[in-house]
Amino acid sequence: MLMKLCTDFMGWIDKRLPVTDAWNKHLAQYPAPKNFNFWYFFGSLAMLVLVNQILTGIWLTMNYEPSGDGAFASIEYIMRDVDYGWLLRYMHSTGASAFFIVVYLHMVRGLMYGSYQKPRELLWIFGMLIFLVLMAEAFMGYLLPWGNMSYWGAQVIISIFGLVPIIGDDLTLWIRGDYVISGATLNRFFALHVIAMPLVLVILVFLHILALHEVGSNNPEGIDVKKKKGSIKPEDQSKFKFHKQYTDKYDIVDAIPFHPYYSVKDIMGVAGFLILFCWVLFFAPEGGGYFMEAPNFTPANGLKTPEHIAPVWYFGPFYTILRVIPNAMLGAIGMFSAIIVLFLLPWFDRGTVKSVRYRSKLHLFNLIQFSICFVVLGALGTLPATPTANMIGAIASFGYFGFFVALWFYSKNEKCKPVPERISH
Amino acid sequence: MSNVPVNNGRRRFLTAATVVVGGVGVAGVAVPFIGSWNPSARAKAAGAPVEVNVSKIEPGQLIRAEWRGKPVYVVRRTKETLDGLAKHDDQLRDPNSEKAQQPSYATNAYRSIKPEFLVALGVCTHLGCAPTHHGGDFDQFVDGVSNGFFCPCHGSKFDMAGRVFQGVPAPLNLVVPEHSFSSDDTLLIGVSPDANKGEA
Repeated sequence: MLMKLCTDFMGWIDKRLPVTDAWNKHLAQYPAPKNFNFWYFFGSLAMLVLVNQILTGIWLTMNYEPSGDGAFASIEYIMRDVDYGWLLRYMHSTGASAFFIVVYLHMVRGLMYGSYQKPRELLWIFGMLIFLVLMAEAFMGYLLPWGNMSYWGAQVIISIFGLVPIIGDDLTLWIRGDYVISGATLNRFFALHVIAMPLVLVILVFLHILALHEVGSNNPEGIDVKKKKGSIKPEDQSKFKFHKQYTDKYDIVDAIPFHPYYSVKDIMGVAGFLILFCWVLFFAPEGGGYFMEAPNFTPANGLKTPEHIAPVWYFGPFYTILRVIPNAMLGAIGMFSAIIVLFLLPWFDRGTVKSVRYRSKLHLFNLIQFSICFVVLGALGTLPATPTANMIGAIASFGYFGFFVALWFYSKNEKCKPVPERISH
Repeated sequence: MSNVPVNNGRRRFLTAATVVVGGVGVAGVAVPFIGSWNPSARAKAAGAPVEVNVSKIEPGQLIRAEWRGKPVYVVRRTKETLDGLAKHDDQLRDPNSEKAQQPSYATNAYRSIKPEFLVALGVCTHLGCAPTHHGGDFDQFVDGVSNGFFCPCHGSKFDMAGRVFQGVPAPLNLVVPEHSFSSDDTLLIGVSPDANKGEA
């Protein structure tokens, strides 16, 4: 009786909105390669963190006061007087760092297995746009506590726009809405942080997933599980039922439905992630000074720069590139180039073999040196700019850009191992 | 579609006209959205000139004034400091203040109206941090120069005329703002000497 009521209800809905069809297309009958490893946790984890940021963010706005006079005090109020306010704020601040950790690992996965290569260029670009918006979102969010590091961090970044020829000074004035960073700046950053950027972010995530499901997921072997229609004998095709959008155009091999197989696997990833996340949340919410910096526990003071200005750790790599170049304009160009080359990665790589498992030793080496340079740049970004640090930073910057240049050269005629037709394990 | 009786010329014209009129509309609507980001009337009013009494500044001492929310450094330079300024020209990016970082009436060897008083924005020309004044122990940064400014953010160095040293991220000398003296002891920041005379 109850069962029939449910079926009738879903039938009524489906006639008016294709809910069951969408569920099947994107979850229950989506063909995911059978060989995903732990690197494939980070996409779903990023979505989990996004939900965490949106929920805790909404709750924080209930007690936060976006004004130059009230912001700092309202944060202390949240931390001390609001029930569970400290927990919501630490979930939000720890979530910000966790977001970048999972996104960086998600990107490493894409680099290793060639997930940016044709036909997934647009998917990669949507991902990069998400990364870009995420950085803007994090930067504006960091101003909101109105601590002294918030203030001077924003001062440094906004000043970069002042380097634009001719209109630079007017541009920074327009961004700040005042002759210095003030309550006006804080208010507009608040508006962008809580409304504009999250909206854009959610739309981009939606497009990212839509584009993923159009081209299909890559996998650690870099072997496509969608084969030409009619090329695979029925007994060799995957035994599972997939949505007709996929089976009409392709023969599917070596794939399993996302739900329940990977939804269950991802829950394991979530469990592991939450153990680490909660450990930081409850035992080291300031992340040893890396997630929350010491000068930010004093209010913004436009007349006193903190002894040592360091960006939050996740901006470290790009910040180091900015400052190792002893010319303000070239430094800014270098920093933005570091992000632009990432956008163009699908075209720097002229190879056709995707996974590092079947590519040359040279490519493996290049990936490793790139990762090391990225980590070194990140570490230097949080340290004072001594001559030694600048020297190491210059070398690491060279390695960072060198990755792309070298890739462009060797990928054309790269000696790769033969890629099997099928995923064999 | 090809068998439908359509006047393509008329359709193209209407499409183009709609796009143009719509584009003008979008541009018009964008004006208030972009314009509202400019400093408000209140913010502009807060940018009024600031008065500083310089009679109580000891030789070698620096005081900070606040003008338009920015720190303005006012330093009473000693005779030795002033004499030392000419000795390290070869280590500077712009020793003769050729770039327009100061009003014309302060484009001189001391970058000031009265040689002894340096008036400069305490805002590093690299990325806007506040440089620290090192009176006496600046030679740890530049050999043989005992007074100067060191920016703690990215290590830019300036001498006691706010001139930037070579080999640091900051590209330009510190900005000398419009300023004037309304009496021997009173410094007005934000008003040029001409405007000052006009008012008096």
